[in-house]
Amino acid sequence: MTKQYRIPGRGRVNTARRVTFTFDGREFQGYEGDTLASALLANGQHLMGRSFKYHRPRGVVSAGSDEPNALVAVGSGPALQTPNLRATQVEIHDGLVAISQNRFPCLKFDLGAVNTLAAPLLPAGFYYKTFMWPRSFWDKVYEPIIRASAGLGVAPTAPDPDQYAFRYEHCDVLVVGAGPAGLAAALAAGRAGARVIVADETAEAGGWLLSDTTSRIDGKTGAAWAREVVDELNAMPNVRLLTRCTAFNYGPHNMVALNERLTDHLAHPAVGQPKERLWQVRAKEVVLAAGALERPLVFDGNDRPGVMLATAARTYLNRYGVACGRRAIVVTADDAAYRVALDLKDAGVTVAAIADLRPAPDGALVAAAIRAGITVLPNTTIQRAHGLNRVCSVELAQLLPDGSVGKGHQWRADLVLMSGGFTPSVHMFSQSRGKLVFDEELGVYVPGQSAERERSAGACRGVYRLDRVLEDGARAGAEAAAATGFDGSAPQWQTGDLDEPGRGGFAGALPRRGKGLRAMAFVDYQNDVTAKDVKLAVREGFRSIEHIKRYTTTGMATDQGKSSNVNALGIASEALGRPVEKVGLTTFRPPFTPVTFGAFAGHAREFLFDPVRRTAADGWARDRGAVFEDVGLWQRARYFPINGEDMEAAVRRECLATRSAVGIFDASTLGKIEVVGPDAATFMNRMYVNGWTKLAVGRCRYGLLCRENGFVYDDGVVGRVAADRFHVTTTTGGAAGVLNMMEDYLQTEWPDLDVWLTSTSEEWSVIAVQGPLARKVLAPLVDGLDISAEALPHMSMAEGSICGVPMRLFRVSFTGELGFEVNVPSRHGRRIWDAIWAAGEPHGMTPYGTETMHVLRAEKGYIVVGQETDGTATPDDVGCGWAVSKVKKDFVGKRSLALPALKAPDRLQLVGLLTLDPSEVLEEGTQLVARPDEAVPMHKLGHVTSSYFSATLGHSIALAMVAGGRARMGETLYVPVEGRSIPVKVTNPVFYDVEGARLNV
Amino acid sequence: MQKFSALSLARQAIGGHLGWKPQWRSVAPKPAYDIVIVGGGGHGLGTAYYLARQHGLRNIAVIERGWLAGGNTARNTTIIRSNYLFDESSSYYEHSLKLWENLSQELNYNVMFSQRGCLMVAHTVHDVQSFKRHVHANRLNGIDNEWLTAEEAKEFCPPLNISPNIRYPVLGASLQRRAGTARHDAVAWGFARAASDLGVDIIENCEVTGIMRAPTGEVTGINTTRGDIRTGKIGVSVAGHSSVVLGMAGIRLPLQSNPLQALVSEPVKPAFPTIVMSNTIHAYISQSDKGEMVIGAGTDSYVSYTQRGGLHIPAHTLEAICELFPMFRRLRMLRSWGGITDNTPDRSPITAKTSIPGLYVNCGWGTGGFKATPGAANLFAWTIARNEPHPINAPFTIERFRDGVMIDEAAAAAVAH
Ligand SMILES: Cc1cc2nc3c(=O)[nH]c(=O)nc-3n(C[C@H](O)[C@H](O)[C@H](O)COP(=O)(O)OP(=O)(O)OC[C@H]3O[C@@H](n4cnc5c(N)ncnc54)[C@H](O)[C@@H]3O)c2cc1C
Repeated sequence: MTKQYRIPGRGRVNTARRVTFTFDGREFQGYEGDTLASALLANGQHLMGRSFKYHRPRGVVSAGSDEPNALVAVGSGPALQTPNLRATQVEIHDGLVAISQNRFPCLKFDLGAVNTLAAPLLPAGFYYKTFMWPRSFWDKVYEPIIRASAGLGVAPTAPDPDQYAFRYEHCDVLVVGAGPAGLAAALAAGRAGARVIVADETAEAGGWLLSDTTSRIDGKTGAAWAREVVDELNAMPNVRLLTRCTAFNYGPHNMVALNERLTDHLAHPAVGQPKERLWQVRAKEVVLAAGALERPLVFDGNDRPGVMLATAARTYLNRYGVACGRRAIVVTADDAAYRVALDLKDAGVTVAAIADLRPAPDGALVAAAIRAGITVLPNTTIQRAHGLNRVCSVELAQLLPDGSVGKGHQWRADLVLMSGGFTPSVHMFSQSRGKLVFDEELGVYVPGQSAERERSAGACRGVYRLDRVLEDGARAGAEAAAATGFDGSAPQWQTGDLDEPGRGGFAGALPRRGKGLRAMAFVDYQNDVTAKDVKLAVREGFRSIEHIKRYTTTGMATDQGKSSNVNALGIASEALGRPVEKVGLTTFRPPFTPVTFGAFAGHAREFLFDPVRRTAADGWARDRGAVFEDVGLWQRARYFPINGEDMEAAVRRECLATRSAVGIFDASTLGKIEVVGPDAATFMNRMYVNGWTKLAVGRCRYGLLCRENGFVYDDGVVGRVAADRFHVTTTTGGAAGVLNMMEDYLQTEWPDLDVWLTSTSEEWSVIAVQGPLARKVLAPLVDGLDISAEALPHMSMAEGSICGVPMRLFRVSFTGELGFEVNVPSRHGRRIWDAIWAAGEPHGMTPYGTETMHVLRAEKGYIVVGQETDGTATPDDVGCGWAVSKVKKDFVGKRSLALPALKAPDRLQLVGLLTLDPSEVLEEGTQLVARPDEAVPMHKLGHVTSSYFSATLGHSIALAMVAGGRARMGETLYVPVEGRSIPVKVTNPVFYDVEGARLNV
Repeated sequence: MQKFSALSLARQAIGGHLGWKPQWRSVAPKPAYDIVIVGGGGHGLGTAYYLARQHGLRNIAVIERGWLAGGNTARNTTIIRSNYLFDESSSYYEHSLKLWENLSQELNYNVMFSQRGCLMVAHTVHDVQSFKRHVHANRLNGIDNEWLTAEEAKEFCPPLNISPNIRYPVLGASLQRRAGTARHDAVAWGFARAASDLGVDIIENCEVTGIMRAPTGEVTGINTTRGDIRTGKIGVSVAGHSSVVLGMAGIRLPLQSNPLQALVSEPVKPAFPTIVMSNTIHAYISQSDKGEMVIGAGTDSYVSYTQRGGLHIPAHTLEAICELFPMFRRLRMLRSWGGITDNTPDRSPITAKTSIPGLYVNCGWGTGGFKATPGAANLFAWTIARNEPHPINAPFTIERFRDGVMIDEAAAAAVAH
C-alpha cells in the first residue's frame, strides 16, 4: 500500500529517509519530514479518529493546529502515552507509536457509534433536561455512564519521566509566526539591529510559502525565498528564530509566553534533554503575523472522512507530496480553492467538478480552471456527502433564484475539498485585549485598536495577496524596530505569478433542500455540534453568543473553535435575525493551542518543587538520624531517635534529659530582624503591643505583635543591643510576613521615622542550650564572658565571642529551664555547634527536636502562635494581656483591642486540661462541651490546641482555648470523640514550675 | 413552563426539537417593580426565584448588565462543600449543601450535582492539627467530615502521590463525602427558567448606574443604561463589583476585588474520582462530566477588575498538580481564565441589610461562593422579603467588621515554631 498516494517530485519530505511507525498496531511507512497525518494520507488512510459525542468516524480536515478531528494518542506505556495530539502536528520518527481514541473495540468499528442513531434524542443540552428521575440514579447510574462516554483520550497512569525547561527572555521585537509576513517583519527588524525573537509553531519557517508552489519572490519559489531569509536571520546574532514554538499566552505589558517542543519529533532524544521549554518573553514591541485559517462548509455529512479543507489538500500535496484522493470534488465560496484544484489536476488527481456557491465567479483563477478543462458549476451547493468511513459520493445541487435549493445530482468522489473563505487568526490579538472590528467586505473580524505595543501584519489582519503580505510584514517589522530605537528601512521584493486569494467566502450553514430533520451538518466537529444545535439554542432563548457557546459547547473543544467560531456566528446571526457584527464574538481564552502541564511546572518537582532551607547544623542532625518536619521552607529536626525508638519514646527521653541535665536545640530557623536607627524604639513601640522605651540595653523582652484587627500575629524575644538597635526574633513561619508588615507600616504610615529594617534570619545560627547544666557547658567556651546568674540574668543578652567567633548570647528559655541561645554568624554555625556538643557530651547533653521543644514549652504553658492562636485570638485570650502596654498612646491593633467584642468575658481563653486517666492523650483539634449527651449540633465551648504526654510530670497535659475558660478553673468538661466522651478538668495552663524558680538559677 | 424529562425530550425529538420554548423570558424593563435584584449571576437569579417561590412575591426584576451569569458563576471551579470551621459558616454552607442535594428536582433542571467527595490534603504538622480541628468541629455540628491517613486518601483517590520523597509529603487528608461539583451554567439557567416561570422579569444587557433615594434616605429606584426603574427594595448581588454598586449609594464596603484564575485540561476518559484541594501547595482539581480536569489557581495579589491575571499564578498551581499527580504532567492546558472575586477581611460573606432602608447586599463570597448559590439566594430572599435576616445569616453583617465580631475562616495563620 505504501506510496500509493505519494506523488513523486512533489513535497519537501526527505524521500531518502524512510520512517517506520505504527498506527493502531499496524506498521506504516512515511518519510522524514512527514506529519502523522501526511504519512497516513500517503497510505490512503483518512479515518483517524472518532468524535466526542456521536463517535462518528472522522478523517483529517486540516493540515495544522486547527485540526478538530484527527486526535490521536502518541507514545507507548502508561507514562508516555500522550492523549489528544493532533496528527497534523505530530512529526513521525522511527518507532513512533500512535493509536486512535474514543472508540471501542476499534477505529473502524466502534460500538459507541450507536449514539448517532440516538442523535435525535441527544440535541444540545439534552442532559439538562433529563437524568433527574429517579433521583438516586444520578450518582450511581446516569452520571457514570455520561462520564464514561465523554472524554477523549486516556490520561497517562504513571509518572512522566521527562524533563521540562523554563526560560525568561527580553527582546525588542517579538514576531509571532514565520510565514511571509513574519519573515519579512523579522528581517526588517533584524537588519535594523533590534533584538528579535521569531516563533513559529511548525517545524519549518515559511508558513504558507511552503504550500504555494506557483508564486515567485525575486524570481524564486516562496520556499526558496523563505530558506534564504531563514539563513540570513540565523546568521544574525541579534535574532533568534524558534520553530516548533507556539506563542500561546499574551499577557499584560507584552509578556508573551511561548512553548517550544524540543524532542517530540526525535526518535532518540539526547539523555537529559528537556522535552519542552516554556519561554516567557517580555517584548518591547510585538508583531503578530499568525496567518489565517480556512473555514469549513457546514452541510450534511461534512464530517465524512475524505471531506477536508481545500488548502489543506494543497499543503499535503506541495509540502508532503501526498494526494489526498484520486477523484476530488471542490466546493467553494472562494477563489483560493481553484488553485488547489489546478495543483491537484497537475499532480494527476481527477477534479470531477468545482461547485461554487457564488452565482458568477469570475476571477483569474476561475478562468484558469476552466481553461484547464475543469468543470466549474457556479451557483451550486452541496446537499450532502455520502459514505461511512470514507466519502464515496456527494450530491451537488443548483441554488435557485428564490434562495432555495434545486434537484441534486450525485457525483462520485473520494475527496471533497471545501473552502468557506478565510478567517484571520486573531486569537493572540484578542488575548492582548485589542479591540476587534468587523470588516464588512471580508465578512470577518479583524484587529482594530491595539491594547499593547503591538501590530498585526499579513493574513491575520485580512491582507492576503502575497506582495501586500510581504509589504505589510516588512513595514510592521521596521516600525516595531523603530519604536524601540532601531531605524532601518522596510525591505522590498519583486513578486510574480500571484494569486488573488481571499475573494469571497461564506459563513453559516449552507442552504439545503428539505427540512433536514435527520441531517447532520457539523459546525464544531470535535464536540459534534450541528447547525441544528445552534438553532435550538437560539430557540430556547440562548441569545448571547456566549450562551450559545455554552449551551451547545460549540467552540469549546480542544481546537477552541478555530474552524467553527465564524460558522457558528453565521448560523446564530441568521437564527437571531441580527447581523453578524451585532451578535459579537466569544472571548478568546489562552492558550492558543493546548500546552503541556509539565512545561509550566518545569524543574519544580520533588526536591526542586520549593527551595529547601537548611540550617548550619542540618548535616549534623541528619548524620544522627534525625526525623525532619517541614516548617515553611525550612526543614527542622523533629526528634532524634536512637536504637529504633518511635517518636513518643524519643521525645520522652529528650524531655527528661533536658529537664535533668542539658539539651541542645537548633533554633536557627527563627526569624531575625535587625531594627536600627534613632527612632528604633519609637518604631517598636508602634508595632508591638509591648512598651520598649524602658527596656535597658542588654535586656530582652517577650514581644507580641498584633494585626490591625487586634489579633495575635507573631511573637518572639527581642533584645536591645544598643539604644538604637533591637535584635527582633519572630516565629519560623512568620519571618517574611513580619518583615513585610514592618516595611509596609514604615514606608506607608510612618515614613517620618528614621529606622532601617534588615532581615538577619540567615545571618545568625542559633544554638539553644537548655537545662540545669547549661551554664556549666557554655561557661568554658564563651571567651571570658561572665554568664553567671548575676551578670547575665534571665531575659538579658550580651555580645562577646565563643571559641573566638563573635557572638550574641541571649539568656532566654522556651523550656522553663536555665537556658541560653547562642547566636553566631552562620558560616561558623556548624563549628560552634560541634564545639558546644563536644563540651556538653560529658555533661550528658542530649540533642532534641521541635517535638520535644513543643512538649517542654507546653508544660510551661507557653503558647505557639499558629497553634494556640488561629488569627482570632487577642493577647489577653492567650493569657498575654500582661504584655499589652496600658500607657502607650498607640500601637498596631490598639483600637481594635478596645472593641467590646474583643473584651467579652466569654471569649475563648487559654487554659490547661488534665484528663482523669493520666495516660490518655487527647487529640489536638478535638472539641470541648459541657454536656456530652447533647444531640448534634452540639454546643461547643472550645477546642484542644496542644496535647502531649509529659514524661516529666508522668501524665498527659493539654492546652485548650475555652469560652470564658479562666473562670472555669476546676470545672469538668468533655471531649467527645468517635463513640465516647473523655472527661477533662480545666486547669491553669502552667503545669510545671509555676513560680518559674528553675528559670532564674 | 415546559416540563423537562426523558419523555418530553423524546416527544420533541419527533418534531425535530422545533417545539421548545425559550427557557426564560428576556424582557425590557418595566417602569417599576416591588423588588429589583441587581446582578444576574447564580446568587441574584436564585434570590429572585426564592422571593417568588417561598415568599409569594411576584413583581420582581433581575437586572444584569451583560449576558446572564457571565460573571463568576460562569468562571468558577464549582467546588461545593460545607466543612467550614466556625459554627456560623458551617451552618450557612450546610444549609446550601442541603438545597443542592435536591436542586435538580426542585428546578426541574439537571444541575449535575455530583457528590464525588472533597479531599483536603495535609502536608505539614500544622495542617494536620488544623484539619483535625475541622473534622471534630464538623462532626459535632452533624456535618460529615472525616480524617484519612495518607494511605486511605490514596485508596479514595488513586492518582494521589503519597510518596515520602516529594517536597511536602502528604501526611493525611480530611474527606467530606457529600461534597461535590455541579454544572455552573445550569444552576443559573435553571434558576432563571424557574424564576421567569413564576413571573420574575429577567432583564439582560442593562447596567445599573445609580441608586435613587428619597430625601428621607430610603431607596426609591435605580438608574440603568435602559432607563430608570422605581422600586422600594434593591437586593445587590454583583460579586466582584459590589463595592462599585454599593458605592452608588455612598456605602463603603470592606471588600477588595482581586483576580482569581482557573484552567481546564483537554478532556480525557475518567481518571479522577473526586475533588482534591491542597491549600498548602495551592492546588485544586476535579474532573468534569465532560472529562476536563478543572483546576483552580491562586489569587493575584493586586487589586483589579480585568478578569485576567499573571501566568505565574496558574504555572505555580500546575507545579503543585504535577507534584501531587505526576501522571498528569503530560496532560495539556486547554483553556484558562480569570474572574474578579470580592474578598472581605475575614473571608466570610455579607448577606445583610445595609444602613439604607430598602437596600440589601449579598457579597463578599470571594473565591468560594458558588457552593453557597442556593443557600445564599434562599437566605438573601428571606432577608429582603422580611426586612430582617434569617438566624443563619444573622451573623453575616457589614457591622461585624466595625465591631470586631469576625467569622475568620482564613485566619488560621500558617505559622508554627
Ligand atoms: C476562578 C474562580 C474559581 C472559583 N471557584 C469556586 C469554587 O470552586 N467553589 C465555590 O464555591 N466558589 C468558587 N468561586 C467563587 C464563585 O464563583 C463566586 O463566589 C460566585 O459564583 C458568585 O456568584 P454571584 O452570582 O454572586 O456572582 P456573579 O456570577 O459574578 O454575578 C454577578 C453579576 O452581577 C453583574 N453586575 C455587576 N455589576 C452590575 C451592574 N452595575 N449592573 C447590573 N449587573 C451588574 C455581573 O455582570 C454578574 O453577572 C470561584 C471564583 C472564581 C473567579
